[in-house]
Amino acid sequence: MAVDTAPTEPAPTPTPAPDVRPAVTVGRVATRTDRPMPDAAASGRLEVGALSAYYGTFRAIREVSLDIPPHAVTAIIGPSGCGKSTFLRTLNRMHELVPGARVEGKIRLDEVDIYDAAIDPVRLRRVVGMVFQRANPFPTMSIYDNVVAGLRLTGRHPRAELDGVVERSLQRAALWNEVKDKLQDSGVSLSGGQQQRLCIARALAVGPEVLLMDEPASALDPIATLRIEELIAELKASYTIVIVTHNMQQAARVSDQTAFFTMGDDRAGYLVEFGDTPRIFTNPRERLTEDYVSGRFG
Amino acid sequence: MTTGVPVMAPSSASALLASSAADRRRGIVNGLFLAVSFVAAVACVVPLAAIVAYVVIKGAAALNLSLLTQETRALGLGGGAAAAILGSLQMVFLAAVIATPIGILAAIYAVEFSERRVAGAIRFAADVMVGVPSILIGIFAFTLFVLPFHQFNAVAGSLALAIIMVPVVMRTTEESLRLVPGDLREASLALGAPVWRTALSVVLRTGLSGVLGGVMLAVARAAGETAPLIFTALGNQHVNVGNLGKPMDALPLFVFVNARQPYPVQNAQAWGAAFLLLLFVFVVNVIVRGRSLRSRAR
Repeated sequence: MAVDTAPTEPAPTPTPAPDVRPAVTVGRVATRTDRPMPDAAASGRLEVGALSAYYGTFRAIREVSLDIPPHAVTAIIGPSGCGKSTFLRTLNRMHELVPGARVEGKIRLDEVDIYDAAIDPVRLRRVVGMVFQRANPFPTMSIYDNVVAGLRLTGRHPRAELDGVVERSLQRAALWNEVKDKLQDSGVSLSGGQQQRLCIARALAVGPEVLLMDEPASALDPIATLRIEELIAELKASYTIVIVTHNMQQAARVSDQTAFFTMGDDRAGYLVEFGDTPRIFTNPRERLTEDYVSGRFG
Repeated sequence: MTTGVPVMAPSSASALLASSAADRRRGIVNGLFLAVSFVAAVACVVPLAAIVAYVVIKGAAALNLSLLTQETRALGLGGGAAAAILGSLQMVFLAAVIATPIGILAAIYAVEFSERRVAGAIRFAADVMVGVPSILIGIFAFTLFVLPFHQFNAVAGSLALAIIMVPVVMRTTEESLRLVPGDLREASLALGAPVWRTALSVVLRTGLSGVLGGVMLAVARAAGETAPLIFTALGNQHVNVGNLGKPMDALPLFVFVNARQPYPVQNAQAWGAAFLLLLFVFVVNVIVRGRSLRSRAR
């Protein structure tokens, strides 16, 4: 499961603007003690060690350990109920929003333990953004306001700065050309695929390092799905992407690494196998993985 | 019993044409039931129609400029309801200013922050409050806000009205906040927005039209309340603008006082004031229902 050290610099993006990231500075998950951050090294590496997640007394995932490399796409696949979404939500501490939910084990983002008592989950979520299964733009807001919602909800920003963020975020989300003339229209006036790209733009506008995607294309038609997949391929140059998908073809198409989860006898999900995507799909080491990727497993 | 064998032998088609005594009896019972329920439905609508018709006929005749602009004159010399109109406006406005934030914040607490049991208790308390006879609220306000000062005053009237409005605002706000989809909260939290910003800028903003409707209905309810004002604001023959420490008139009090006078002129004024009240409540209801119908159609 060891993974090579990833490229140290994000590949240059087509946009000349150096970054969508505004305001927030480099050591952004910095603890309150301002521990020095290794920000020159590849940023956005997630190391998960012996992670278990609980809902009350029910253990939903059991002792998952894996290293998610930066600036690559890591797919999480597996049957329903195996804890894929739960795992994803532990990575930005959305899991603990469910009453009674908790985790054991360690998750480190660029060497910082994100479950450390000194870490503010609200700040963590600005660094580890999330896109949901169902596109969920804010219905009372325009396209423009949706993109900058994360910034407005987290502080004051001058209008000129916001204009730039909107354009760069929408360009990165491959939506700019379709909406640049109607930024004041309602976010929910867009098509389903456009709404999902709007949600991606909204997540990018906050300036994350990691982007979590929970079945981002499962509610979309094939053409909209293709656009999202192309977008993911472009975004991985700048972001660490973790995508949960039910669709094995999709995992094979978009991801660099694949983690296969399944459900144990105790109904807890666990990691069966993790490795480079081509190997997982062509030459899996585990019987369970082989059965699943070849469709013999339900 | 899905054996495929009919339980009874099928009757021949000719039997359908002949009507038996049982068929006729069933037809009569059916007709009777229909007639009785129709009469009940009429009895339900008639009082409202009669009240509206009576108030409109009597009140519209009494409507003139002096009713709106003059103070009451003693001993059947006429005058108008200016003191009552201005008093109602001030007291209801002050009550709304007090009750709206309390009701909305209480609803936010119940929906966004409290456990289900606590939320249930808050909701139950509000429901009980809505059903408390308003004379009790009046005597409560009298004991707390009038007796210690040895002075009937408009503030006590407003506080009594505010006590009536708070549970109405709280319950309608709570209902509309519960309708806001959970994905929007998650979307906001995943952007790194704190819970309080999510509650205000996403949840409350999305449910705002329902909240405003609730506030308007509460205002309409308070504008028509008489009992809590009798021994708080007391009533006043003279226009009182801004002197909230002194007695103040209100439209329901004006109706109450003038309807009992032995002078036909003043009885007519009571009808005129009743018409104004009815008009206000009617307009508010039409606006609120119209808005909610439109938002449902959307």
